[in-house]
Amino acid sequence: MIRSELVQKIADENPHLYQRDVERIVSTFFDEIIAAMARGERVELRGFGAFSVKQRDARVGRNPRTGESVQVEEKHVPFFKTGKLLRDRLNDKA
Amino acid sequence: MSEKTLTRMDLSEAVFREVGLSRNESAQLVETVLQYMSDALVDGEQVKISSFGTFSVREKTARIGRNPKTGEEVPIHPRRVLTFRPSHLMKERVAAGNRS
Repeated sequence: MIRSELVQKIADENPHLYQRDVERIVSTFFDEIIAAMARGERVELRGFGAFSVKQRDARVGRNPRTGESVQVEEKHVPFFKTGKLLRDRLNDKA
Repeated sequence: MSEKTLTRMDLSEAVFREVGLSRNESAQLVETVLQYMSDALVDGEQVKISSFGTFSVREKTARIGRNPKTGEEVPIHPRRVLTFRPSHLMKERVAAGNRS
């Protein structure tokens, strides 16, 4: 399923909404999650999962081609952990 | 790092502000988004949200695990796990926003 299919499904189920409103709803949903993580916040969606930000410490990396050492800065990366209900549903336990 | 945690409520509040539906309907729609994504994943489908990321279901085979406390061997049954691969946009925005 891709973004446009998700929008279409919701639009089909909600004929009283304009398609462009459904698009805005879906965009707002995903943009809000990214914005929260960009502020260093967690987003916890019970039953589905939680988005959080993990810190990767600075380290000395190596250019695999030349073998040269390079300093890699500390960075923050997005992380998702599946919620219990969804994990159980994936394994026919719910 | 901030301790703040957003929930469904914050997302439906954002939908309420952006789209101007009732609070109740906004909450319902947030639920619908999560429901459709979950259902697709449970059906084994990949969910690919452009400029957000991709959720995919992976099959894990059975293996012998070990209780790290007791050292006891325990069988781990074959199972399906969900993985999320963030988009470049998400990675960039998260990296930029948290730069010290």
